[in-house]
Amino acid sequence: MSALLEVKDLKVAYGSILAVKDVSLTVNEGEIVTLIGSNGAGKSTTLRTISGLLKPKGGTITFQGQRIDGKEGHEIVAMGLCQSPEGRRIFPRMSVRENLDLGAFLRNDKEAIEADRERVLDLFPRLRERYEQKGGTMSGGEQQMLAVARAMMGAPKLLLLDEPSMGLAPVLVDMIFETIIKIREQGITILLIEQNAAAALDVADRAYVLESGRIKMSGNASDLAKDDAVTKAYLGG
Amino acid sequence: MSLFTGGYQARQDRRRYLERGLSIIATFGILYWLGINFHKSPSQFFQASLIGLSNGVLYALIALGYTLVYGIIELINFAHGDLFMLSAVFSANFIAIWFHKEKSGPAAWGVFLMCLVAVMTFAATINVGIERFAYRRLRRAPKLAPLITAVGVSFVLQFIGLRWNGSGPKTWNTVLPAGGFHISGVNIEYTTIISFAVTAPLLLLMSWIVTRTRQGKAMRATAQDQDAARLMGINVNRTISFTFALGGALAGAAGILFQQTRGLTSYNLGFQLGLIAFTSAVMGGIGNLQGAVLGALLIGLIQGLNDGLPIGLGQQWSQTVVFSILILLMAFRPTGLLGKPVTEKV
Repeated sequence: MSALLEVKDLKVAYGSILAVKDVSLTVNEGEIVTLIGSNGAGKSTTLRTISGLLKPKGGTITFQGQRIDGKEGHEIVAMGLCQSPEGRRIFPRMSVRENLDLGAFLRNDKEAIEADRERVLDLFPRLRERYEQKGGTMSGGEQQMLAVARAMMGAPKLLLLDEPSMGLAPVLVDMIFETIIKIREQGITILLIEQNAAAALDVADRAYVLESGRIKMSGNASDLAKDDAVTKAYLGG
Repeated sequence: MSLFTGGYQARQDRRRYLERGLSIIATFGILYWLGINFHKSPSQFFQASLIGLSNGVLYALIALGYTLVYGIIELINFAHGDLFMLSAVFSANFIAIWFHKEKSGPAAWGVFLMCLVAVMTFAATINVGIERFAYRRLRRAPKLAPLITAVGVSFVLQFIGLRWNGSGPKTWNTVLPAGGFHISGVNIEYTTIISFAVTAPLLLLMSWIVTRTRQGKAMRATAQDQDAARLMGINVNRTISFTFALGGALAGAAGILFQQTRGLTSYNLGFQLGLIAFTSAVMGGIGNLQGAVLGALLIGLIQGLNDGLPIGLGQQWSQTVVFSILILLMAFRPTGLLGKPVTEKV
């Protein structure tokens, strides 16, 4: 296995406040890696920086052997790194169809796009029912499905998922995590951010624990799930 | 508790009846006014409407620039009216001074078309430049910062116009055919037809770009959520530049049309027409493209009818009438005629 994404000594600041102080992590091809941590630990900031929405203050980000820190967001998407962002951020005044179209904005391969469209609609049958409905009028769960589906329309090699279970009913949370496993089965590597640490450690191969901007622990997800410190802090044990 | 809600409900109902009653009275009042005028002199009625609409299309071209920019970065670009003014001055110089065309004729019409292309390019370039150097850095700043910058840019452009055009209004000989023809007592000037003939395809082209092309899709996505657009692989900076280019090009077209139909330029044109065009955009629902065109045509029509009908308040009251209608409309429909916020669930 080779490293698909490698983040080294990443530092990100908002103004003069360092939100991410020291983050190093690796995602290998075919893995599900999760980054867990409490609110404000710097998880979303890390993901936003990987996607090029924020510029790092220090450190490097390498994707498929190429430095991507300093590249613009659209260039990073073009390399096959797509994100379903925190808070879903679907286009509220556009239909499900138009949202999915935008997910494939940079692609020209018409037939492959249609195939992917069928694939994500099979993955989320609910979106097929809501196909012509405006994104902003759908329920939170449906919007979340749309956000993930839209990111998959970019034919990603690496899919970043930022809190896909946030604010969802328990039934939907289970459904989202099952879908994450199905997505991996389709050959997409996943970096997952979660506050729901138990569920995240359950689906992930490896995990990193982020605490106030620093990686505190890392290892196999199943090992971390048994770790006392992790259990105490994040699994409510 | 129920007593309170009952009282509240009753008050709401009363207010709704009052609003409905007032709007019915207003509608009938306006219809009555139009009716007696039409009855008195149909030809004058059509004449006034035609003049109003031909002003309206000019406002529409400028209003679209305000609404496009507001739609995409929520900035009221105060400098936009002045861009229109510079375009008018550019056109006058291009045709009358650089190409020495002061009379109508086939060669002069060729120069007119060349100038149309040149002035649209000129205004688009300036608008893109303004965004690049003045607004881009402030994109994440508090909204007041770019707003005051826009006011500053407006003054800069105005003073460039002042240097270029002089402190007083300037009159020019124009190259469009003068005169017109009559249809049952209504005088239709050639310049009116040319205004429509230039504007209509531009509006159609614009709506095609926004609704049908890839670039238009990028614009709509960027308008709704910049970061999400970036995550789709959209080059947000380029999309915003493109939007400014589009708005600028339309202001350029408005500039040449104004200058060639009125034969007039002045450094403070931007303030006068810019304000009316901005009002049109607000009336139609700022950020809404059809709304801007509708608002502009309506304001043109209101002015035209008010100024030209035998029974009316007359020209001195023109602005008062327009802005009174705007104030009334805003009180009852704060989002404008076509601007309707989608209810967004969270």
